[in-house]
Formats: sequence, structure tokens, C-alpha cells
Amino acid sequence: MTTAETAEKPTTHSVRAQRKAKARISEGKRQERKLGWLLCAPAAFVMLAVTAYPILYSVWLSFQRFDLKFPDQREFIGLGNYWTVLSNDYWWTAFGITMLITVVTVAVELVLGMALAWIMFRTLVGRGLVRTAALIPYGIVTVVAAFSWRFAWTPETGYLAGVFGEGAPLTERASSLAIIMLAEIWKTTPFMALLLMAGLALVPDDLLKAASMDGATGWQRFTKVMLPVMKPAILVALLFRTLDAFRVFDNIYVLTAGANNTSSVSMLAYNNLIRGLNLGIGSTMSVLIFIAVAIIAFIFVKLFGTAAPGSEEGGRR
Amino acid sequence: MAERSRGPGRRRRFAALATVALLAPGVAACGGDDGGVPVINVYYSTEQSFQKLVDDCNQQAQGRYRMVYQVLPRAADEQRVQMVRRLAAEDDGMDVLGLDVTWTAEFASAKWIREWTGAAKDEASRGTLQQPLESATYEGKLFAAPKNTNTQLLWYRSDLVPNPPKTWDEMIQMSQDLKSQGKPYEIDTMGAQYEGLVVLYNNMVASAGGKILNDDGNKVEFDQGAVDALGTLQKFASSGVTNPSFTNTQEDAARLQFQGGSGAFQLNYPFVWPALQEGAPDLKDKVKWARYPGIDAGTPSKVTIGGFNLAVSTYSKHPEEAFEAALCLRSPEHQLFSAVNDGVPPTVESVYDDPQMDEAYPFKDDILAQLKDGSNRPVTPAYQNLSTVLSATLSPPADIRPEQDAEQLRGSIQDALESKGVLP
Repeated sequence: MTTAETAEKPTTHSVRAQRKAKARISEGKRQERKLGWLLCAPAAFVMLAVTAYPILYSVWLSFQRFDLKFPDQREFIGLGNYWTVLSNDYWWTAFGITMLITVVTVAVELVLGMALAWIMFRTLVGRGLVRTAALIPYGIVTVVAAFSWRFAWTPETGYLAGVFGEGAPLTERASSLAIIMLAEIWKTTPFMALLLMAGLALVPDDLLKAASMDGATGWQRFTKVMLPVMKPAILVALLFRTLDAFRVFDNIYVLTAGANNTSSVSMLAYNNLIRGLNLGIGSTMSVLIFIAVAIIAFIFVKLFGTAAPGSEEGGRR
Repeated sequence: MAERSRGPGRRRRFAALATVALLAPGVAACGGDDGGVPVINVYYSTEQSFQKLVDDCNQQAQGRYRMVYQVLPRAADEQRVQMVRRLAAEDDGMDVLGLDVTWTAEFASAKWIREWTGAAKDEASRGTLQQPLESATYEGKLFAAPKNTNTQLLWYRSDLVPNPPKTWDEMIQMSQDLKSQGKPYEIDTMGAQYEGLVVLYNNMVASAGGKILNDDGNKVEFDQGAVDALGTLQKFASSGVTNPSFTNTQEDAARLQFQGGSGAFQLNYPFVWPALQEGAPDLKDKVKWARYPGIDAGTPSKVTIGGFNLAVSTYSKHPEEAFEAALCLRSPEHQLFSAVNDGVPPTVESVYDDPQMDEAYPFKDDILAQLKDGSNRPVTPAYQNLSTVLSATLSPPADIRPEQDAEQLRGSIQDALESKGVLP
């Protein structure tokens, strides 16, 4: 970050001055910039090698009929795989399930996360203990947590299975989905709270005091003062969680393995790619998931004006 | 520690540690070549006494090879995924592979395993039961040596059920009668959405004389027998005779349900017998076994054959020694040892006559009878696809609509065979 960014709000005058300064950039500055690029180059190169190449390769695979079981039948079929996937019921069922899980979990996490952030922020005694305790679920490996949820909800081994009467909750669609979402929410609410707590720190105390002097109620202070100031932090938290939630895999894999139509799109891609060995169809699904995630990010950034964390406030509006 | 936190010494030590951590799994996996003796890596699932077989074979080999046992994960899917991933990358660190009987066609078609010919082939097929041998054969060529086989029996509570049922209808009726009398009534078996459900369905199809695929395994057939079996499965699942967890139950869970005392019947593999002796002493004298129930009273059931075959990887650097090692692991003496110690049924018929089998395998005659009259699952390279599609459509079994589901399956199975459709 340069000093210009961290300085107080630029006036029109200082902006003009900056522009002038840019025009006649000194020799030393130019050298510095060159060094900067050189220092970035290795990292950029590694990024290209480990992200760009696999992405392009899966796009290339998605245009082919390519099944490892039938190595002799490999051929280029253009958009054929896309037609197969997009006209398939399993795909759209999984897509619906994924959207449902994404929307419900992110919404619940936002509310709970806000409350948790508030508690963590306002605690006076034992602050470290409260914060640590709140973060424990996020620190547990997802698969381990998912297994303990599975045992807890299985009759014979679990203490939760009998809570809602007889039967095995993980053997029915609605209750399985509810348990998957519960596990997701339990796991990632602390992450949401952490991001929101950073937003809470942005709210100046003076502003709140001034508002209460003007007679604002607690709820008004929350909606009229805190939320607008926190908006960038909230949007970033929502963006991160939405992208994450859309790729939900571990919990489903352990809890139901997709039984009773509870597969997410990632689960479906895994089944086709890794278990089915169908590189063509599997890569097509991966590319479609990639596109869906890109669209979500686009909506957040362009429509809601989410700024990348670290950049100046409202920089992209 | 006394060191300063950012000293160069610490950093160097960290680098060294990281290097060791990165290299260690590789070293362990390769086993290392000592003194020119070829190392044969055997990838096999967890079997308690398998290491003893390996040690014994190494001794017999007298330095011609040294086998190292690499344990695969417990779940069948994970075993397959690990091997497939490495074979697709032409990994030469795997020599002998323990394959579930349903994978042979897939691995052979993908050219990942070697054909058995000549003397090795003769030895692998000598005295071997017909059905297990067929499971190791693809397009008329032998691609693996059957190591052990398996089949499910009907286990029942003789204190509740004086005569074991011969058919599914009979068993469901008995169970409902027991239920109305307030006695343990459950029929415990595997109903989760996985291979076990496909096996349950295949038992019903084969017993009804039906067919899922044609004999060449490249076209869907799905005849009346297969449709009727859908009806039987649906009836079984919706008659109120299963455990509440039926649609999430795998082998071990079924065993526990029965051992817990709520079941009157259990359909499961023979591993439940030794476990029952240890885990439920009060039940062990009450439990008896019989042939798996069929569909018609007059026709004996035809039950699915399970088990493991040993194959040699195409990318093995020591194929000759690998074939020899595989043959040693499945020699009649070793099959007897595994049967007595690990409870896995042998594939060589003469082993059943050994007196040692009487004690460990009191049910050996029933097993042998079922094996000789058993049914293999459809042989096709796309078996995994077929199984995935089938188990997804069959689950949950209570919701099966025989006619509609049959129509849908005819399409999706054909797609799966040609690897065209999307797997659920």
C-alpha cells in the first residue's frame, strides 16, 4: 500500500497534484517499480503454473469424449459434454440443492455471525477466552467434525438421533439437508463473525454516541449507523462465504455421500471425474462450477460494489 | 527451546525437517531396493493376517523377490480410487493389486493390468471354482487370480424361527408375524446407497432368473425378472420389517443391528459369525444359518459372488516376480490359512475338504453350495457407472415404482455402459 492510499480523503486539489507527480516520475521511482515487477514475477509465474494451466487444461478436456476406461475412444466433440450435462436431471437437482444450501447457510451465518461478532467485540471480561471458544468450530477439520455429526445423528451410536422421535434422520432427504446445513453453519459462523468483527472495528464510537445524543434507538443506531459503515466488510464476508458455500463438498461426502438426492454440484463432479473416470463430463462440470462461481463474484463486485479487502473504501463504486 | 526464534540455525533445521517430511512417504511407499532383490509392492485392503502370508511367501522366495504389503483404505470405493488414480498416471510403484471382483473388466479394458498366460494361468485356474474364475476373466482372457470369494448367507434366530424361510415372501411374512407378537422381528441387511444395495438387488434379479445386461455385457437387457425384482425389493423395504436405519446401513451396521437383538433375520457375509461369538455370547447358540432366500419356493436362490482377485500392474518393473508372488499369496495352503484366520472363503474347491475348515467354517457346505450355484454381477468395464446409476435409482428402496423405474433404468444403464450420461 502506498502512502497516497492511507492518507485522509483526497481533495480535488491533492488529486491534481498527484496526477502531476505521476507524469514526471523520477528515475529512482522507475527503478523501484521495475524491481517491484521483478520481485512479483516468480509469484505470478507460480500462480499461472498452478492455476491457469489446470483451468485451461480442464476446459480443453471438457471438449472431449475422454473416459479412462475406454482409452481408445478419445475424441474431440466440441460442446457435446455441455449439452449432456445441462440437459441432465441429476445436474439440475444438484444445482438446486447447492443453491438452497448456499442461500440458507449464508443467510443464517450472517445473522448468527453478526451476533457472535458483537459478543466477541463487546466482551469486557475474558475477551481472549470468548474469542478462542467461538473460533473452535472453525479450527476443527471439516471431515472430522462431519464424522462426529454423522455418528451423533445415527441411531445406536448417537445422542442426537432420538431428539426428534424415532427413525434415522440421515436416511431422509429433508432431515439430511437440514443436518448438512446445520453442520455447515456450525462450522463457518465463526469465520463470518471474524470478518464482521473487523467491520465492527470500523464503526467510530463518536458516531454512535452522536446518534444516541440525537435520540436514535438501539435498533436505529444499528441499521442507520453501523450497517452503512460496515457495508464493505459485510459484502466481503458474504462474497467469501457464498463462494465457499457454493463449493460445499466435505460435509455432504461424509454425512450422506449424496444419498437421497442430497448431492451438491461438487459432489456430482467428483463422482463423474474421480469415481466414474469420465474426464470429459467431469471436467465439463468443473468448468460449469467455475463459471457459476465467477458469476457470483461478478454480481457481488459489480452490482453490490464489493471491494477487494485491503483496497480503499468504496474504491470500485 | 533455548534457540532464538529467528536464528539461521532454526531456519535450516526447519528446511531439513520439511525435506524429510516431503520425502518420507515416498521412501516408505517404494520400500527401497536392497541388494538387487526386486521389491514387489502388494496393494491389498485390510486383512488381519495378510502380513503373515507376505512373510511366508518372502521366505519361500529365497531371495528371488521381497514382497512389501501396502495397506489400502478400508472402503472399497477408496481402494479403487487410489489404485485408479495412480495407474492412470502410469505409476510403476505398484506391482500386485488386490481387486474387488467387479473391477477386473474395467482395469483390463483400460490396459492397466497384464493378461495371465502359460504356466501362471494354469496354476491360477487349477481347481478354482468356476464363478470366481469367471469374475477374473474379461473377453475370454484371464486377467487376475482369484484370491478369495464371498457370499451372503441367511442368519436367523432359531429360538424365534423354527424353520428358515425359503423365499423373500415367506421371510417377510414370518417377520410381520413376529412383529405382531411383540418379538424381535427385523430383517437386517444392507440398504444404503452403495454397492451393497446393488448386491441385494442382483440377488433378487438372479434368483428370479432375470438379467440386467446381455451376456456380452455391452447392451442393457432388463427383462421381466429384473422388473419383478424391483417389486420384491420395494415390497421388502415398505413392509415395516427393516431396521429404521435400513437406507443408511452397510455391512458392519447390519451386523450390529442383529447383534443388538432387534433382528430375527440377517442377510450378511460370514464375517458376522466370529464377531457374534465374541460380541454376543447370549445369542451365539440361538443363531443358525441357511441358504439365502429366493423368489420362487421351487427354485433355489442364486446369490451374488464377492471376493478379491490378484492382478499384476502393466507398469510393474518386475512382472515375472509379481506373478510368482501373486500365485504364492493365493496358493491353496495360504487360502486355508486366510479362511481359518480371517474368515474369507477360499476359491480353490479342495480347500473346503480340509478338516481345519470344519471348526472355523461350520457353514462351509452351505457356502460351497451357494458358490457353485452363484451369480456374478454383470461383467463390463463400465461396472462402476452401472453400479452408481443402479444404486441411485434403487435408493430409497421403499420408493421404487417398478414399471417407471425400469423404463428409466433401461436408458440410464445404456448411457452408463457407453460412458455417455451423467453419473448421479
